[in-house]
Parts: sequence; C-alpha cells; structure tokens
Amino acid sequence: MSVAHETHDDHGHHVELPFWRKYVFSTDHKVIGIQYAVTALFFLLFGFTLMMMMRWQLAYPGQPMPLIGTFFSEANMPGGIMVPEFYNQLGAMHGTIMVFLGVVPLAVGGFGNYVLPLQVGAPDMSFPKLNMASYWVFLPGGLIMLASFYAEGGAAQSGWTSYSPLSNTAPAGQTWWLIGMIFLITSSLLGSVNFIVTTIQLRVEGLSFFRLPFFTWAQFVTAFLLLLAFPPLEAAGVMQLMDRVAGSSFFLPSGLVISGQLLDVAGGGNPLLWQHLFWFLAHPEVYVLILPALGIVSEIITVNSRRPLWGYRTLVYSIISLGFLSFIVWAHHMFMTGMGTAMSNFFQTTTMIISIPSVIILTALALSLNGGSIRFPTSMLFALAFIPMFAIGGLTGLPLGLTAADLHLHDTYYVIAHFHYVVAPGTVFALLAGVYHWYPKVTGRKMNEALGKLHFWISLIGINVVFMPMFFVGMAGVSRRLYDQTQYAYGAQVQGLTAMSSWGAWFLGAAQIFFIINFFWSRKNGEKVESDNPWNATTLEWATPTPPPHGNFPEVPKVYRGPYEYSVPGAKSDFSPQHVEEG
Amino acid sequence: MDEIPYTVKPHPLSGLYSGKLGIWLFLASEVMLFGALFSSYILLRVGSDSWPVGSELLNIPLAMLNTFILIISSVTVVLGWASLKLGEHGKAKMYLWVTVLLAFGFLIVKGFEYGAKFSHHISPATNNFYATYFTMTGLHGLHIVGGIAVFVYLLTSGSKLLEENPEHYTNRIECAGLYWHFVDLVWIFLFPALYLL
Amino acid sequence: MQEKIYGYWLPLNVSTHGEAVDQLINVLHVFMALLFVGWGIFFVYCLIRFRQSANPTAQYEPIHAKPAKYIEIGVIVFEAVLLVGLSMPVWSDFKDALPSESEALTVHVMGEQFAWNVQYPGKDGVFGRKAPQFVTPENLLGLDPDDPNGKDDFNSINNLHIPVGRPILIKLTSKDVIHSFKVPVLRLTQDAIPGQEIPFWFNTTRTGNFDIACAQLCGLGHYRMRGQLHIQSQADFDAWLAEQEVEESDDEFSF
Repeated sequence: MSVAHETHDDHGHHVELPFWRKYVFSTDHKVIGIQYAVTALFFLLFGFTLMMMMRWQLAYPGQPMPLIGTFFSEANMPGGIMVPEFYNQLGAMHGTIMVFLGVVPLAVGGFGNYVLPLQVGAPDMSFPKLNMASYWVFLPGGLIMLASFYAEGGAAQSGWTSYSPLSNTAPAGQTWWLIGMIFLITSSLLGSVNFIVTTIQLRVEGLSFFRLPFFTWAQFVTAFLLLLAFPPLEAAGVMQLMDRVAGSSFFLPSGLVISGQLLDVAGGGNPLLWQHLFWFLAHPEVYVLILPALGIVSEIITVNSRRPLWGYRTLVYSIISLGFLSFIVWAHHMFMTGMGTAMSNFFQTTTMIISIPSVIILTALALSLNGGSIRFPTSMLFALAFIPMFAIGGLTGLPLGLTAADLHLHDTYYVIAHFHYVVAPGTVFALLAGVYHWYPKVTGRKMNEALGKLHFWISLIGINVVFMPMFFVGMAGVSRRLYDQTQYAYGAQVQGLTAMSSWGAWFLGAAQIFFIINFFWSRKNGEKVESDNPWNATTLEWATPTPPPHGNFPEVPKVYRGPYEYSVPGAKSDFSPQHVEEG
Repeated sequence: MDEIPYTVKPHPLSGLYSGKLGIWLFLASEVMLFGALFSSYILLRVGSDSWPVGSELLNIPLAMLNTFILIISSVTVVLGWASLKLGEHGKAKMYLWVTVLLAFGFLIVKGFEYGAKFSHHISPATNNFYATYFTMTGLHGLHIVGGIAVFVYLLTSGSKLLEENPEHYTNRIECAGLYWHFVDLVWIFLFPALYLL
Repeated sequence: MQEKIYGYWLPLNVSTHGEAVDQLINVLHVFMALLFVGWGIFFVYCLIRFRQSANPTAQYEPIHAKPAKYIEIGVIVFEAVLLVGLSMPVWSDFKDALPSESEALTVHVMGEQFAWNVQYPGKDGVFGRKAPQFVTPENLLGLDPDDPNGKDDFNSINNLHIPVGRPILIKLTSKDVIHSFKVPVLRLTQDAIPGQEIPFWFNTTRTGNFDIACAQLCGLGHYRMRGQLHIQSQADFDAWLAEQEVEESDDEFSF
C-alpha cells in the first residue's frame, strides 16, 4: 500500500519519511483509514466474542462452558459457570464495543477517511494532522475500555446505556468506561470537523454538491450528527464521573438505600436527567450507525446494476431530513419512565415521521435495480442482503415507536431483535460489502470470490437464525439483559428459541473465519486487478492509481457530470466516469 | 499534487479558509456541550425543593474581576491579530503574551475562589448547587487551560510559521482568537447564571 | 391450570386495556408483513428479471414510480391512523384516566435490589408514612415507627394479590436503582424510579397466578427479581387479606 512516504523539506526536495512516520504516525488519510479499519475489525471480533460467550449462558443457564470455561478467573466463572455480574459485564461491554469501537470507527473512521477525500478529488483531508490525532485519541480510548475488565469489580456492567443510579454505584470499571468514552467522543469530534470541512472546501472544479456520490453525502450528514449530538453525552459523562469520583449527586435523588444502607450523598439529583442526555446522543448515534451503510450500499448497487441511482435528489433530501429528524425522537427510548400524554404524543409523532425518509431511501435503492443489468460479486450480495434485512429492522421499529404497543414490548427481546436487524445484517453487512468492494483499490488485488460467497451465504443464514427467533421471545414477554430467562414461566416456554439463537450465533461466528482468512490471504495471493478501475465505476476514487499515492491524483481532476452516469444512451461504454470529458 | 488547497486562501463558495470553517464547526459542538450543562443546571434547579442563592455563597467581586480580565483578554487577542494583519509582528507578540498573562490571571483568581471553598470543606459533594458550580466552572477552566496551551505554542515553537508564511500564521491566530472569544462568552453566561441569579 | 398462558406469540391477556394493545400489535404486524412481502416480491423480481444474463444492457431512464409514490402515501396515512386511532387513545386512557382512590384498590409497590415490596394499608385503609432512614432488614418498607397509620400496614414481598374485575391503582417507586414493573399478561410495563412515585392502573378480566418481572437492568440479581400476581375472586381476596391482617397485628410492623 502506498503511503505518505514523501514530504517536502524547505527547499522542495522530496524526503523519505522514517517507518514510524510513514506507517504509524502518518497524516495520510489512507493510512489513517486503514488503521481505523483494521483496529475496528479487531474490536468487532472481540465484541462478538463476548456475545458468543454470553450465548452459552443464555442457551444452557448455569452449565459450565465447555473447552474454554476454565480459562476464566474464579471471580468471573467459577468452575466454568458464568456468574451474573460477569454476564452483565459482557453485556455492557458487548454493546459499547460494537457501537463505539467497532461499527462507527469502521464506517466513519475507516471507510470515510479512506474514500471521502478520493471521491471529492482532494489530495488529503483538510486537516491531516488533526486526522492523525483523532486516530491516536481513539486507540487509547479503546484500550482503556478493554483494560477495564481488569478493574476492581470488573468492567462496566450497567448496560451500554449506563443508567443512573445503577451505574453511579457500580464497581470501578464504570469509571474507566466514562474515561474511555471521553477519549472516544473527543476523537469523534476531531474527525467530524475534518469530514465537513473537506467536503465543503476541497471538492474539485465541476464537483458541485449535487454531483457528489451518495456515499459522500452520507458521510457528510453523519459528520454533523457526530459533531452536534456527542457533546451532551460528553457533558453527561463528566457529570456521572463527578458523581462517582467527586461525590456529587447530579443523578442521585435523596434517600437512596443501597444494600440496606442509606447512601451518604447530598441528593437532589434526577436519574432521568442522565437518560435525557444519554439518549439525546444515542438516538442520533444509531443514525450514525446506519447512514454510512446506506452510502456504501448505494455505491455498490449502482456499480453492479450499471444504471443511475434512482431519485438521487430525493435521496439527498431524504438523508438530510433524516439527519435533522434524528435529533427530535430521542425520548421514544423513555416512554415507560412515567411520561405523560403530551410528551409521548410528540415523540410518537416524530418517530412515525422519521420512518418516512427511511422508507423513501430503501424504496429508491430497490427501484435502482429495476431496469439494471445486475452482476453479483460478493460485495453486491452483501449490499443486496442489506436491503431486506434493514427493512425488517426498520419495520419492527414501528410497534416500538407506538406507546400502546411499547407497553408490552418495552425492554423485551423484541427490541434487541429490532435494533440488531438494523445493525447486524444491516450495517455490518454493508461494511463487509464495502471491504470486498474497495479492497482492490487499497491493495491492487481482489478478494477471493469463492470464499466470499461462502462467507456471505453462511452469514446470511446464521444471522437470521440468531435474530428472527428473538422477535417471538420478546413478544412472549421475555425481558432484556436476563442472565437466566427460565426463571419465568413464559421464559421457560420459549427457551428453545433462545438456544436456537445461540447455535445461530456460533455458526455465524465460525463463518467469519472465511472472511478473516480471505482478508489476509488476498493481500499477497488475491487475483491482481487488470486496471485501476476493476468494477468500471464512475466515481473519482477509481480515477487514481492503484493504490493511490501520496496526494492521490497525479493531476487535479475536473468533474464533468454527475456520479452515476451508467449506460448513458449513445455513450462509448456503459459507464461515463465523472472526470472524463468526452461522454 | 500535495498542497492542501484553501488552507490560507479562502474558498470561493464558502468565503472562508478551511481553518476558520473548522473552528466555527468546533465551536458549534462546544455550544452543544455547554448547552447540555446549562440545560442540566436549569432542570436540577427547577426540580429542586430548595436551591441556594448564588450571590450569598459565591464571591461576586472576584468573579467580576475575572469577567473584566477575560473581556480585556479578548480585546488584546483582537489587537494582536490586527497587528499581524498590519505586519507589526513585534506588537502582535506583545498583545498575545498579554492575553496569555491575563488568562493565567483568571486561573489564579479562580484558584483563590476554589481554595476558599475547599478550606471550608465545601466541594461538589456538598450539594447540587456546588456540584454544578464546580463542574461548570471547572470545565470552563479546562477550556482556558487549553486556550493558554494553544497560544503559548503559537508564540514559541509554533512561531516559526510567522517567518515562513505570515498569512497562514495570522489565520491560526484568528482561529485561536475565535475560540478564545467563545470561552469568554461562556463565562459571560456562567457568571450571572451561577453567581447572580 | 392446564390452560395455555404462554406460547410463541402474545401471552394470554387478562387486562381490560390489553385487547386494544393486542389489536394494535396484530394490525401492525399484518401491515408490516404485507409491506415486506409486497416490496420483497418486487425486489426479488428485479434481481431475477434484470440479472446481467437476462438484461445485458441496462436502462438509463428511471422507471416512473407512481405506484411507489401512492403506496408511500398510503403507508403514511395508515401510520397516522394507527397513531391517532389506536395508540394515543390507549396511552391516554392508561395515563390520564386514573381511577379514584375510592373505587380502586390502591397498593404501593417499591422495587429494590432484588425484590418487590408490596405494601397494603391494612384494616385502617391508610398507608403509613415511609422514609429511607427507617429501613432495616425487618422493616424493608421503611415505615415510620411514629406513624400510627403504619402499624397495620404489611409487606407482601413479591406477591401482589388483587381482586378480579376491580380497578387497581399502583403507586410505584424504587428504593435504590431504576427497576421496571412488567407483567406480560397485563400488557403492562412501568419504570420504577427512585425519588419518584409513579401511579399507574389496570383492571383484570379473570383469575389466575401470573409472573411479574423486572424490565430494567438493576444489577446482578435482575434476572431473579420475579414476583407473582395473584388475581383472585373477591371472596378469596378478602380471605387472604384477613389472614395477613391477623398475622401482622401481633408484630409492631410487618417486613
């Protein structure tokens, strides 16, 4: 891979950078993008492994875990049997790691960093040093999160949502979680400024906003969400840290009795304040999880259908409105907190409204296929599967967004199924699609198709076996975050479904081995690409050498048309690249 | 092609050089940060049975002094930037060092305030009024420290850029100045909210 | 009871507002299924009809999506109908139409790590004052020893007994962290938040014993915070009440 191996000293001579500035503390967006992507993929695997462990306890409550059960400490798994506190740690860290260390760094830090400057024709991000800083603030944040398992009393164990007062009085790992979050939020803020400025300032001549690839639009809107939604959580994190470390009572009401002891704090605080601040970020955060995925899928579908994206302008307006609306739905996570009719009516209404742009986008993606000439490389398989999977996730949000139905479904497995459908066979599939799609640009070789297809089909089946039963488990009434659902008659009744989910998860985990092998093996042994543009795509990232050198474009490109001019009647070939003057 | 465009010259569409756009975006996120804290303050105060009166418990004269210090420092930072624009490098450095000194002055006064409270065993744990006071002024203070760090850097090892590319350097000072004005503005809200109301 | 209470979809419904909830859930799922299947058919059709081997040259012009537009508008209208017609009225009834204390049986429920303290007011019908500083292992409710009204209160830990067919008003709070009172057969969830007393109500249609669960992570014992709802005939309930009051009058307080 080519990196910023050169820089210019004062006299304009090219100077070779030492190893640590070329590959470690690089300011080149492509190196930073790869750093983010590889780190995030590792965290995704780690977070998934935590869940695979939890699935044993869920399927066979109270049974010793075979093979690896004895590797864990006496405190966490005496005799190989997970204790409830450890189960809660795995749960809280699974959510935290997947969202903040896995999906967002891969979707935004990885794909956004690598592809966005290329798609706007820029030599790098507007602020390369800031970009480097954002990665090197992210990594310590992630390591602090991982290290928190060794804190006294274990890692954070109050859910990724860290509700007060439970998280206030939780063991030390929660403090590490808060500190880690401050690092991660800071990293995110530094990155989002870069994305917005680069998109506005560094577009090449002819590349107006309405000629930008939809991927860039998606990253642009996402950056605004990160910029504006994260600070309230940072404020909340600081306040919870103050509660835990400095003895304040921001989230602690008076008169709490914990384990029979009256808690010695001033009181006067409000647990719902935490919830409002948390969800004010966390709802836009879930749009941060999905928007880049919509961008990636749009690119792959158009390239492999050989026709323009349907309703480009409509899509752009939809994604912008999705961004705005995501800020005014947050309290639908709080319907059961004692909310009255006025507030709940408002949030139900905005939640129903936000479903509209999502449906428009999904419909546009499906309509883009109509009239196409569709090819099915692995990237396209994952991108296509995204669509119905995200549809299931989106549709099942409807009962949850209506308070009357939420009365029954709140905090049950139905919720878990809903959001996992959106994020797991939704976003993660889109991210995998992106890896298969852009791998040739980054490495000069394609990933192996046979392994890719195997990876796809087993993952698709496995992931549905995991999550589809959960809708029924939730409908039956089983609550979330239960160490052992068989304590309840209705839980025992559907325990078979829960066990099925576990086997699906292990099956799904095994399938990822094909991906891991393919990812590393193809670097040196994959089929070499014949051209810089193996997929015959139109967008600017394919107009660079492979891999792109420092500065990306040997000559500054000019843009002559929109991003999806495929199969233009009368054109020389079935694609008209943005930077080529003659159609 | 490896020079990043619009670092110094403004972009025709946005009318801004990139750093200025960047700092405004960053300030938008800071508005959300302090906005969340102010909102929390309002929620906690309105929801409480009894909330102490800030003017009875906090040192208003010292806070007024700090307000003046910050306002003057915002003036000196603009004078510094203006001197740079006029090519008067020596004067500019003088004004900017005065800004740094004023900022230190602010922190020293704050230190006295905090010290007085701690010596009376008053801390964030005492009640939510003090928790809010310490958290908000503390975070604001950290922002002052951040500002000092940036200015000191620009006046010491970062001052090389002034010889190499004065326009670029002036832009950096402008961006730092914008950040500084924001920090000043936050204090203008904090002072009445905590001390007077 | 041999009858099936719990299965693979909605459990048995024993509450008066549950029918409306179930109607909304079922209508919604039919709607969701129709949308998914209809749209899915179109999707699969496109993949087959327009695969490269069947359609070597793609069409540049977009298809005119009038049907899609009308379906979208239809979806929005339907969602609005569900929202205003089915959801808001149920919520409003649940939240605003609280029964008066004279017609309802009022019970105070206080969640703690990891049990449900269920306080009945005893023969005098008046709830005793509670305060956290009075909490002891023998006095989990924290009843104020100086309040005579509390002398006959009793705590039926983890067991909520109610008479069938009468409105029940629960005043819910928590002693320590946020819990959530969930009863699947009642189609009911209400968060128990420390420092707040949140009222909610329900009415039942038949007798039986049913599970109560905690629906908000509250610590290591969250999974075993199980209660039992005993819906009894008026006669059985009165008998049970009498039994409790006899047992408790010997002690100064109940638990």
